[in-house]
Amino acid sequence: MSEFKFNSENKKKFNALLKRYPDRASLSLPSLWMIQYQEGWISEDAMIYIANKLNTTPMDIQSIASFYTMFNLKPIGQYNIQVCKTLSCKLCGSEKIRTHLQNKLGIKFGETTKDMKFTLTEVECLGACGEAPAMSFNDEYIGNLSINKIDKILDEL
Amino acid sequence: MIVKIVSKNFDITNSHKLDIALKHDRYSSLKKLFSMNPHEVTEEVAKSGLRGKGGGGAPTGDKWKLMPKKHEKPSYLVVNADESEPGTFKDRQIMEHDPHLLIEGIINSSYAIGAHDAYIYIRGEYVFWAKRLNEAIDEAYEAGYLGEKVAEYDYKLDITVHRGGGAYICGEKSALLESLEGKRGHPRLKPQQKEPEWFFGGPTVVNNVETIASVPYIINNGFEAYRAYGTESSPGTMLFGISGHIENPGVYEVPFGVKMKDFLEQLGGGVKGGKKLKALIPGGSSCHVLRADEIDDITLDYESLKKHGSSLGTGGMIIMDEDTFMPEVAKNLFEFYHHESCGQCTPCREGCGWVDRILGKLLSGEGSEKDFDTILDACEMLNGKTICVFAPSVAFIANSYITKFKDKFYNLCKKN
Repeated sequence: MSEFKFNSENKKKFNALLKRYPDRASLSLPSLWMIQYQEGWISEDAMIYIANKLNTTPMDIQSIASFYTMFNLKPIGQYNIQVCKTLSCKLCGSEKIRTHLQNKLGIKFGETTKDMKFTLTEVECLGACGEAPAMSFNDEYIGNLSINKIDKILDEL
Repeated sequence: MIVKIVSKNFDITNSHKLDIALKHDRYSSLKKLFSMNPHEVTEEVAKSGLRGKGGGGAPTGDKWKLMPKKHEKPSYLVVNADESEPGTFKDRQIMEHDPHLLIEGIINSSYAIGAHDAYIYIRGEYVFWAKRLNEAIDEAYEAGYLGEKVAEYDYKLDITVHRGGGAYICGEKSALLESLEGKRGHPRLKPQQKEPEWFFGGPTVVNNVETIASVPYIINNGFEAYRAYGTESSPGTMLFGISGHIENPGVYEVPFGVKMKDFLEQLGGGVKGGKKLKALIPGGSSCHVLRADEIDDITLDYESLKKHGSSLGTGGMIIMDEDTFMPEVAKNLFEFYHHESCGQCTPCREGCGWVDRILGKLLSGEGSEKDFDTILDACEMLNGKTICVFAPSVAFIANSYITKFKDKFYNLCKKN
């Protein structure tokens, strides 16, 4: 048995979604999202909980969760910064932005600040090429980035 | 040059809200739709020549006709909103500015193929757009456009938004369906004969967002009205994206057949800062790169791009000015493919990383001419030996950069 449990809102959501799919196996990704929004990350304990709900094994859930890069399998910072590194952003100067972010936060890509405030990752194409260079900041897209814009965002937090 | 079929409501304030959408023709196709039988709807779409706008360009009507007339399991419609091809950001414009057009298109298409459950598989990063879709879907349920009876017609339809988890390969329709079935997004082996896709064993159509969003216009106005735009074999319009070194990056809807150069100049505003064009990628990073001297006669349609050795893809153009260092571009894209290979097939999993590492070695000045043979060997290994087309495209891309910008690559290893 797991200690993790869905909160009541997610329980409701889960049950509503069950009616929408021909097989409950489809609920693995929606469930992983629900866990991540509830806890900030996905623990092994939560995977056991989901495995039970979906009539599958924890290893199966682990293999799914580890395939998709957006699932955090360890705790991350309060602010999740994901900078696009793919071509259109690169052509529009993402390199400077990426260096600046690393220097300003004092961490490298893939790291979290010691105070658990910021996690910084570089990601592949966000689909924001028209507003390059772009990043995703806690689920929100911010485009046309400049060093000044980044300083303003981070300094105002 | 601009023709607004799908983007008609994009500039209207709050066009994503149902009350505004209703004032601007949304759901107006339903009366005509339900006066036709599903077969007639499919025929109308087939005659319009509508082609899939997610990259492949397969005729939509042909796809729909593959659905069996009778099957023991229910039929499904799956909308591919996993827009992840570098340079592509068009589908999110539809979801942002006109989600009700997409819903209307889903109603049209589901009715044609006999689906009572439709799913929109949206890439995980598109949080804002998933939310917007869900809000629009909620509005549509409340107003009676979805649910047990669609707009009081005797047709049940549910739409569910399903968020991906950040895997490029899930844009490949069979990987998408694996993912929708709750598994790792590994592409499936393709059957030799033509058949529909399968979702939990039920016959399924997978169509791109823009494709589905084009259907209501065809139903409302008839196939001839759609064919009035574009070319004989590429009828209608497409949302073309333009990014990189360009004055006015963005998404513009134009009919197929427009001259690429005119599009770049008139809508794109020309290369940024008045510089000269070095190269461009016509429709997402998986298309062959084109040098500036190759584009003079190109028109924006499937046939012209193919004739010129590339492809139309998703219509997302990436522009590179004269100062762009092409080996770095190739390296950037190979980092992408290295990262995004799903890992199911060994040649792809190992090959993409291998080429990426060799390019890195060349760029750091430690490479030799022998490395090009290794890249070409690796490309040979990538091509035709894997389950999906990811690896073959990667092989062709590597080839196209190295052959088209040979000097630049060979200069990297002069010292050795």
